[in-house]
Amino acid sequence: MKRSLPTIALVLVLTAAALGAERFPPPEFTNHVLPTTTTPAPRSVVADMVYIGALAVALALAALFVHVLRSRVAIVVLAIVSLGYFGWFYGGCLCPVGAVQNVAQALGGGAVLPVLVVVVFLLPLIVAIFVGRAFCAGVCPLGAIQDLVVIHPLRVPSWLDGSLRLLPYAYLGLAVLAAATGSAYLICEYDPFLGLFRLAGPLTIVIAGLSLLAIGTIIARPYCRWLCPYGLMLSWASRFSQRRVKIAPTQCVNCRLCEDACPVGAIQTPNSGRPVPRHQGRGALAATLVLLPVLVAAGAWGGKLLAPTLARLDATVRLAEQLDAEASGAAAGTTEASDAFRATARPVKDLQKDAAALREKFLLGSTLLGAFMGLTVGGKLVSLCRRTTRTTYEADKALCLACGRCLKYCPVGRGAAETALGGAAT
Amino acid sequence: MSAPSGRQPTRRGALGMIVRIAGAVGLGAAVASIGRWAGGPAAASTTAQREVWQLDPHKCIQCGRCATACVLTPSAVKCVHAYAMCGYCELCTGYFPPDPYDLTTAAENQLCPTGAIQRSYIEDPYYEYIIDEKLCIGCGKCVKGCAAFGNGSLFMQVRHDLCLNCNQCAIAAACPAGAYRRVSAAHPYLLKDRSENAKESPQ
Repeated sequence: MKRSLPTIALVLVLTAAALGAERFPPPEFTNHVLPTTTTPAPRSVVADMVYIGALAVALALAALFVHVLRSRVAIVVLAIVSLGYFGWFYGGCLCPVGAVQNVAQALGGGAVLPVLVVVVFLLPLIVAIFVGRAFCAGVCPLGAIQDLVVIHPLRVPSWLDGSLRLLPYAYLGLAVLAAATGSAYLICEYDPFLGLFRLAGPLTIVIAGLSLLAIGTIIARPYCRWLCPYGLMLSWASRFSQRRVKIAPTQCVNCRLCEDACPVGAIQTPNSGRPVPRHQGRGALAATLVLLPVLVAAGAWGGKLLAPTLARLDATVRLAEQLDAEASGAAAGTTEASDAFRATARPVKDLQKDAAALREKFLLGSTLLGAFMGLTVGGKLVSLCRRTTRTTYEADKALCLACGRCLKYCPVGRGAAETALGGAAT
Repeated sequence: MSAPSGRQPTRRGALGMIVRIAGAVGLGAAVASIGRWAGGPAAASTTAQREVWQLDPHKCIQCGRCATACVLTPSAVKCVHAYAMCGYCELCTGYFPPDPYDLTTAAENQLCPTGAIQRSYIEDPYYEYIIDEKLCIGCGKCVKGCAAFGNGSLFMQVRHDLCLNCNQCAIAAACPAGAYRRVSAAHPYLLKDRSENAKESPQ
């Protein structure tokens, strides 16, 4: 008995250690008051309201500068202010571009939607329904930082531009899938300019941002055109807009100056539809319409094949795979995550169940994503068969980022009057 | 936006406007109903409904990523002290490295890389350890030491006077232990207290 006491004590101490229990009882001081642990409160709702107000004002000003003042200079000033406030000062988060994911996660049933997110997500879209992409013109800090570095924009061949414009569909689909399953916020994780706004972040992201800016000097706004998922949603909304950027204040004289001025190739030329014989056009349209369901089915099948790969976006799935690999001896060693999991003493079955549920979600989600991509490609092909008759140069509602460069170059109106008076046209 | 100036409003323009307004209202309603779908309110407006990031100190493995992964420099995660849990030991394993040269506050004896822990004598044999959050970088070295040989009264918390409450917490994405989660903004801290140890205490 005497000898067993230390043993019991040792066992107790060890058990206590395993449970993180008290090894040293707190002292009873003669006269010392314990300090209290402070708990500073989170940012207040007032800060959210200020941000919403700033966003609303910026959107209103952008719409005003594009459609009423029609001034490129005013748009640039607004873009600089927006970049300063939404980018450097506010740290670039939360932004409408990323809010897509919060909405997607709520749709997947994994998060509450703060009013701030709902408003920030909806405002630019609603503005776009009425007056087009004012958000892209002078509010979005990602757009502003790129727009300010455009020096000598080269024209990207239309076949290349058209193909690259399929990328945002894939990015949007992936981001929604990853957020809806609660796995990752890809748009935020791979936001190339966040590192520059915050002057901190992963080196790869900062380098990616700087590279995009370097490319952006000759290829205008690459992120906006070929990656931005929210820009894609805005382009859908802008198709309904009442106003497009009106290049010529009166009658267009087809001088082509605006087409050269547009850095993003958003200006539709007269009769830009391919002049093919009518029966040929009809045949092509019929062929693409037949092809459409085939493309959707192929996309869905491809998505289904990709599901296990995409499921690895989720940390739980990755951890379950790692534990499997360790159990079967396929893994060389353990990872921090697997060690941490074992330390929690949670049954592996539990985790496998979670991972299986997530894989199911990804299977459905990837299939839908693939079908969506098939539909996208098919839709593009159908739209290529459309014949248009246009007699003047017009800004494309969906693609125009409302930067206002064409307004500056259009000789009709004030500029023309000045030329006639012998002054320098600006 | 009314019909463009200088033109008579046409039937088609009015129809278009009705479609647009309906679209905008429908979009708003759709997004709000997604909020309801998620089982929460249509949109979280009050502090009780909003959510912020926090780490569960019981899941934390002190890997050091809180210091490096946060978008802020220094990190918004700091070491906090549950004073009621502390043993006030002279040989504090959260303050001193495993074999200190001397039990004094000299820099070479401190585990904390920035000297953010202030050690002060209270009464024999007790010493108090207070965290200076301005110096703390959230590396978790002291937390590791305290958890290994002490009462576990030092632990990590996201400090909400600093936290930007990012859409996706960069540390949460990097945390190998899955210790981060969103918590209600009304109760934004997951603090340790004495009760959890006292009930398992071998006395």
